[in-house]
Amino acid sequence: MSDVMPYPSTPRHTETFSYLPPMTPDRMRKQIEYLISMNWNPAIEHTEPEKSFSNFWYLWKLPFFGERSVEKILAELEACHRANPSHHVRLIGYDNYTQSQGTAFVVYRAGSR
Amino acid sequence: MAGKTYKAGVKEYRSTYWTPDYVPLDTDLLACFKVVAQAGVPREEAAAAVAAESSTGTWTTVWTDLLTDLEYYKGRAYRIEPVPGDANAFYAFIAYPIDLFEEGSVVNVLTSLVGNVFGFKAIRSLRLEDIRFPLAYVKTCGGPPNGIQLERDRLQKYGRPLLGCTIKPKLGLSAKNYGRAVYECLRGGLDFTKDDENINSQPFMRWQHRFEFVMEAVHKATQETGERKGHYLNCTASTPEEMYKRAEFAKSLGAPIIMHDFLTAGFTANTGLANWCRENGMLLHIHRAMHAVLDRNPLHGIHFRVLTKCLRLSGGDHLHSGTVVGKLEGDREATIGWIDLMREPFVPENRARGIFFDQDWGSMPGVMPVASGGIHVWHMPALVTIFGDDSCLQFGGGTLGHPWGNAAGAHANRVALEACVEARNQGRPVEREGREILTAAAAHSPELKIAMETWKEIKFEFDTVDKLDAGGPALRVVNA
Repeated sequence: MSDVMPYPSTPRHTETFSYLPPMTPDRMRKQIEYLISMNWNPAIEHTEPEKSFSNFWYLWKLPFFGERSVEKILAELEACHRANPSHHVRLIGYDNYTQSQGTAFVVYRAGSR
Repeated sequence: MAGKTYKAGVKEYRSTYWTPDYVPLDTDLLACFKVVAQAGVPREEAAAAVAAESSTGTWTTVWTDLLTDLEYYKGRAYRIEPVPGDANAFYAFIAYPIDLFEEGSVVNVLTSLVGNVFGFKAIRSLRLEDIRFPLAYVKTCGGPPNGIQLERDRLQKYGRPLLGCTIKPKLGLSAKNYGRAVYECLRGGLDFTKDDENINSQPFMRWQHRFEFVMEAVHKATQETGERKGHYLNCTASTPEEMYKRAEFAKSLGAPIIMHDFLTAGFTANTGLANWCRENGMLLHIHRAMHAVLDRNPLHGIHFRVLTKCLRLSGGDHLHSGTVVGKLEGDREATIGWIDLMREPFVPENRARGIFFDQDWGSMPGVMPVASGGIHVWHMPALVTIFGDDSCLQFGGGTLGHPWGNAAGAHANRVALEACVEARNQGRPVEREGREILTAAAAHSPELKIAMETWKEIKFEFDTVDKLDAGGPALRVVNA
């Protein structure tokens, strides 16, 4: 049994990519490029961590319909994080064909950086 | 039909039911059968016999034939094609007028198409390869109670396949020990756990007790991780009354999903339960015990793509599809064919994937394919490539068999999954670079590292029994 590692008290997670190390700027950029290449509409949402279980987080501005610039999306993510440093901030790719979200993942966890 | 006179006796089937000039209507239900006739029976006669026996005909003329318009109601064999690589068999294409079938009843369709005709003596063997359900008929069926899009919205999970695990040993655990196994899997990072199909309500664990302990585990893991979790509570039961009782109890405990075995329980029960799920906001996971009895023999039975279509019409949000790479049978191209039939709004004819007809699903929601059976972390790159995001990947032994237990096993699978999804989004060829992708991810996850060491050598390299007729050797994917 000495070689069995105990699993810690259940860590909190935030869905897609939350089991990987925190995103570096370079990795983040590639995911945004993917989102754009799929012709999804980027959008940003944020929330207090204690309210994160709700379907509805605060929408940051409006979805950025038709936005193709990785730089602009990164800048909006950063602006949202600066204005709400104690919030989770997530990036969404709205897929209007499936009327769903092609992807959604937390970019800044509350209190990061 | 005035002017026709009655003459008792036996006519050749082909005089009535072989109509090579017939152009099928958009509203016709079309079927493709693979037929091996008895020696001496001409192909046209055998095809016509199948059309007759699966529609209006019987072996002899009867006077009451003249009281109706058989020209309207009869099934028609309208095309015959050779089967590549098999000189004895041929494909018979048959068109049935839509009025032969009760609306919204796959039960009624199957009773005709795979009824008496399968025991007909003039036919050596018979396999229903595909059905084209006309859109007009699709629209009369309830379909999946929620569908893929609504499931994602309910669960708040986007941009990746879902992860599950069937709890093992499949029989014999007490309710509380079973709940423990569920809790460990879910808190480690899985989205779902699953009752084994054999689990109903046996003496070692009655269903109420299982439901109670399991739901405590689901709720606790949900609260702790902050992610939505579920367990497929198997409501398959001996009677419909008992099935609904279990479904109601699952709902009262706050369960988001229940489970049903659609073939052993039957389509009547399944359609009823799907309707109940739609009315009660419940996801429905469908298992397929008994399918291989029907679909594995290449010459006789019902192809799985037909069972898939029937389930999508009857209703279910998840359906087991095979894994291609795991311990259970499944040719790669054929599997991609039937997972398209589960998920897509329109699937064009594609013989390279065994699809004989265009199939228009209209607005019917999609079913999420479930890959389950003998898969582990090394299969993850292939699974993500084959199945894409709208799927549920289920690692039973590949979670529970982890040397550090279920939570670590779940964690390892989740890390592997997210690493493969991230790499795919970066444009990397995930299947080819699977080893590097997993190895890099394992540098940050001791759980994944030891899982990779544990299952490094496990492969399932057996030939596929049911190959596509058109294809050469089945494509197989081997990792590690």
